[in-house]
Amino acid sequence: MSETLVEVRNLKQYFPVKVGIAKTIPLKAVDDISFTIGKGETLGLVGESGCGKTTAGRSILRLYKPTGGEVLFNGELVTEKNITHMRKKMQMVFQDPYSSLDPRMTVEDIIGEPLDVHKLCANRKERRERILELMEIVGLNAEHATRYAHEFSGGQRQRIGIARALAVNPEFIVCDEPVSALDVSIQAQVINMFEELQQKLGVAYLFIAHDLLVVHHISKRIAVMYLGKIVEIADADELNDYPIHPYTESLLSAVPIPDPDVTRARHRIILEGDVPSPLKRPSGCPFRTRCRYATEQCAEECPTLSDRGGDHLVACWVK
Amino acid sequence: MNANETFKKNPLSLQLDLSKFSQESFIPATDEEKRQQGVMGESTTFFKDGMRKLFKNPLAVMSIILIGLILLVVIFAPMIVPYKYEEILSVNGVRDKGAKNLAPFTYSEKEQEFINNGGSRFPHIFGTDEQCRDYFIRVVYGTRISFFIGLFASIIVLIIGMLYGSISGYLGGKVDLVMMRIVDIIYSLPDMLMIILLSVVLNEVLKFSSGSLLAKLGTNMVSLFIVFGLLYWVGMARLIRGQILSIKENEYVLAAKSIGARPGRIIKKHILPNCLSVIIISTALQIPSAIFTESFLSFVGIGVKAPMPSLGSLANAAREGLQSYPYKLIFPAIVICLIVLSLNLLGDGLRDAFDPKLKR
Amino acid sequence: MSETLLGVQNLHTSFFTDNGEVQAVNGVSFDLNPGEILGIVGESGSGKSVTAYSIMQILADTGRITEGKVLFKGEDLTKWNDKQMQGFRGKNCSIIFQDPMTSLNPVFTIGNQMREAVILHTDRRGADADARVKELLELVGINEPEKRMKQYPFEHSGGMRQRVMIAMALACEPDILIADEPTTALDVTIQAQILELIQSLQRKMGMAVILVTHDLGVIADMCDNIIVMYGGRVCERGTAREIFYNPKHEYTKGLLRSIPNVNNMKKKLIPIAGTPINMLNLPKGCAFCPRCDSAMKICLSEIPQELTINENHKAACWMNVKAAYEEASRNE
Repeated sequence: MSETLVEVRNLKQYFPVKVGIAKTIPLKAVDDISFTIGKGETLGLVGESGCGKTTAGRSILRLYKPTGGEVLFNGELVTEKNITHMRKKMQMVFQDPYSSLDPRMTVEDIIGEPLDVHKLCANRKERRERILELMEIVGLNAEHATRYAHEFSGGQRQRIGIARALAVNPEFIVCDEPVSALDVSIQAQVINMFEELQQKLGVAYLFIAHDLLVVHHISKRIAVMYLGKIVEIADADELNDYPIHPYTESLLSAVPIPDPDVTRARHRIILEGDVPSPLKRPSGCPFRTRCRYATEQCAEECPTLSDRGGDHLVACWVK
Repeated sequence: MNANETFKKNPLSLQLDLSKFSQESFIPATDEEKRQQGVMGESTTFFKDGMRKLFKNPLAVMSIILIGLILLVVIFAPMIVPYKYEEILSVNGVRDKGAKNLAPFTYSEKEQEFINNGGSRFPHIFGTDEQCRDYFIRVVYGTRISFFIGLFASIIVLIIGMLYGSISGYLGGKVDLVMMRIVDIIYSLPDMLMIILLSVVLNEVLKFSSGSLLAKLGTNMVSLFIVFGLLYWVGMARLIRGQILSIKENEYVLAAKSIGARPGRIIKKHILPNCLSVIIISTALQIPSAIFTESFLSFVGIGVKAPMPSLGSLANAAREGLQSYPYKLIFPAIVICLIVLSLNLLGDGLRDAFDPKLKR
Repeated sequence: MSETLLGVQNLHTSFFTDNGEVQAVNGVSFDLNPGEILGIVGESGSGKSVTAYSIMQILADTGRITEGKVLFKGEDLTKWNDKQMQGFRGKNCSIIFQDPMTSLNPVFTIGNQMREAVILHTDRRGADADARVKELLELVGINEPEKRMKQYPFEHSGGMRQRVMIAMALACEPDILIADEPTTALDVTIQAQILELIQSLQRKMGMAVILVTHDLGVIADMCDNIIVMYGGRVCERGTAREIFYNPKHEYTKGLLRSIPNVNNMKKKLIPIAGTPINMLNLPKGCAFCPRCDSAMKICLSEIPQELTINENHKAACWMNVKAAYEEASRNE
C-alpha cells in the first residue's frame, strides 16, 4: 500500500437533539470510525441515507467540530488552529451542483474565491491566468468565465465546483455524492474527470456515494457504513466479489444492474424493514434488527472491525 | 441486377425508399456543425434577467412611468409655477382677497383685470384654497413632503432592520433568541398610540431653530420618524433574519467555509448579496406604507405643521367646504392613490422579477 | 396478442412559459397491453414524465396536449371532459410519484387519506371502507395496518410512505399503474423492497405498469418492453433484451457505454459528450445529434423516422439507414 496521507482515528460526531424542554440527547451521526487513505488513492464510502457518510466527510474537514477522535494529515494532527492552513491541502466537492455555487457570483469569482482567501495570486493578471488554467483542466470553455452559475447545466456546474476545489492544489478531496444529482449521460463525464485528475495531479479522494456501481468503478478500496459505524472495509473487487458482512451482502444484491440477464438471474436478498432512527440505535450491533443471522451475542455487544485476511476488515460476530 | 430486388434483402428497405438518399447525406458532420445545433443561451446576469422580466410586466412599466411623471412634476413644477406654497396671492403687491376658493383654471376679478391690462398671470391649475393660496403648488409640495417622508422613513427602517436582522440571523442560537423576543415585544406595541403619545411629549421637549427643515415639518413629523425608527423596523428585521437563516443553510456557504473563508467574508460576499433582492423589494413596498401612514396622521391632524402642506393635511382641510369645492379633496386624494398604488404595483413587479423563489 | 389497453398516438405536449413554448413531448406513440410492464427511460428533459402526466391529464397549468390521441380501450381520452377524467384517474389508471415525502398530505392520518381514495372511487362506506383500507395496507406489506392507519405521514419512513402511496393507487384495482420514478428518492435496500412489491402486485392483480425512470438498472430488472426517450421523442423501443444487447440508436448505445456495469469495472467509461438538451432550443434534425459521435449531415437537418429493426425492435436513427444504404450500394 502507498504512503498514508489521511488517517482518521476513532472519529465521533454527535449532534445534540432536543427532547423536551431542557433535555438533549446525542444523535450519533458518526460513531467511532477509523480508516486511512493513501497518497493518490481513492477510498469509496457507501451507505444509505442517514448512515452518516456525509457527516463523516464534513467532520474530517472540520466543517463540524468533531465530538471525539482525531484526523492526521501527512502525519500532522488537524486542529482548530491549523485548519485554515490545512484547507489548502484538503478540499471538498459537494453533492448538489445547484446549491453549492453562489448564484450571485460569476464562474471566475467562484473559482477565484480560494485564491483570494489564501492570497495565492500576486495580482489580477496572475489570478485570471490561474482561473483560466483551472477551467481548462476541468474542461470548461474559457469564454464562460464571466457567466453566472445558473446558466450552466448540472454537469458543467459540478465541473465549476471541482475547479474551485482544485484551485489551491489540494492533495486530498472529499467528494460528497458528486455525481448523484447528475443525469445518467453526464455522470460518466464527471467520473472520468475525477479519474484523470487523480492520474495527472495525484490527488487522493474520499468518494462518498450511495451508488455502489459508481463507487466500485472509481475506488481502490471501499468502506461500507451503517448507522454511523463502518461495518466493512476491503479492496473494491474483493468487497464486490466476496462480501462478508450481511449488510454489504444484501446491499450488493439489491443494486439493480443494467443488464437484464445478469440482474434477473441473481438472487436478491431483500432486507426487512427500514434503517432504525439514529436516535433509537439498537443495542449491540446496529444492523442486528434487519440481519437474518442475528444471534444473542449481536444484541449484547457491538462487534469491532477485525481483519479477515488481505486487509479485509469486517465488524460482525457471526461471519 | 435490379436495384429494387437488392433492397428487399434488407428489412429497412421495405419501409423507406433508399434511393432518395445520396452518399452526401451520410458524410460525418463536423464538430462545428454539431455545435451550431445546440448553442448555449444568451448570457444574462441576474440583474439583466430581472430587468427584462420587470419590463415585460405591463403594470410595473405603467407604475414606473407614472412615478416618473409625478417625480418630474414635483421636481420641476416649483421652478415653473411662480407661486410659493405659503404665499397668499397678490396682484401688484396688493393682497388679492377675491382669489379665494377659485375653481381650477379660473382667475379672480383683480387678476382678470390685470390680464386685461396686458399683464400675464400663470393659471391656477387646481384653483386656490380658502386662504387665497395657489392650490396646485400646495399639492406639489404636499407630494414632495409625502415622498420625502416615505423615502426617509424607509431608509431608517432599512438600516436599523438590516443591522439588527443580520446580527440576529448570523449569530443565531441564544443571541438570536433574545433579540427576537425583543422584536416580539416591540411588535406588540400599538403604533398609532405611540405616535400620538410621542408627538405630545416631543412637542414639549423639542425646540428646533426656526427656519430649519425639521422645524418646518413640525414635531409631529419628527415623532413620526422616531416611531418609524423605533417600531417599524421590526418587520424588516424579521424578514432579513429569516432570509439569512435560510441562506446560511445553502451549501455554497458551507463551500466557502471549506475553502477557508472567514465569517466576515462569508457575510459580505455570500449572504448579503443573496438577500439583496428581498431587501430592495421590501424597501420598495415600505415606501407606500410610510406615505400612507403620514397621510393618515396628517388627515387626523397630527401630521406636518401648517403652513407646510402634506397630502393628508390638504385632504383634511378640504373637508370643510366639501360640498362646494369637492375638487379640493379630489386632487390630493387622487395623488395619494396614484403614488401608493403605483409604488405597490412596482414593488410587486420587482418581487416577481427578482425574487429567486418565484422562479419557474 | 391481446387487445391493446392503452394506445398513445402521436402525442404532442407543450408548456407555454415566459420564455416561449417548450415542446416537452414531440410525437410519442406507443401501445400498452394488459399485464405488460413497460419502461420509459430517459434523462431529465426527455419528456418521459410529461408523457405519463399527459396520459392522466395532470399537467401543470401552463402545459397542454397540442396534438395526438390517448386511446383507452379505444376511447380517446383527450376528448373527455374533466369529470370523465376524474373517473378515469384512480379507477382505471393510477399514478405514484417520485417523492413519497410530499405526495401525502401531512395534516391527515394515513387511514383518513386512504379512506377518502376508497370512498371516492368505490361504493364502500364506513366500516366497509375501513376494512378495504386495512386490506390494501396488508397487500402492500405494511405490518400492523390498524396502528398505521391512525398515524400521520411524518411518522413513517420514505419506503413506508411509498408503500402507502402504492396502496392508495391500488384502491380500485386500476387497469394501469403509472410509476413515475417510484424509487429514485429511496435507498438501495428500500428500492429493492418496493420494486419487488410492484412486481408481485403486478403478477397478482394482472394490471399493466408504466415504469418511468432514468435508472437503467431498474429498467433492466423490471420491464418487458422498453421505450428510450430523448428530447421529447422516442429514440428506440423494443424488448429489454433487444435494447440492452442489440441497441440500434446511438443514444442508447452511448448510454449503455457510459454507465458502470459489471463488465466494465476496470475499463474507462466512455461518456456521452456535451450537455443535456435545452428544450427551449431544440435542434432542427435529430435531437441527439449535437452530442452524437457518429452524427452525419442528414442528422443535422432531418428528424429520423422510426424504422423496424425486427419484430421486437424499432429505432429512429439515421445510422441504420446508412447501413442499409451502404449494403444496397455494395450489392449493386
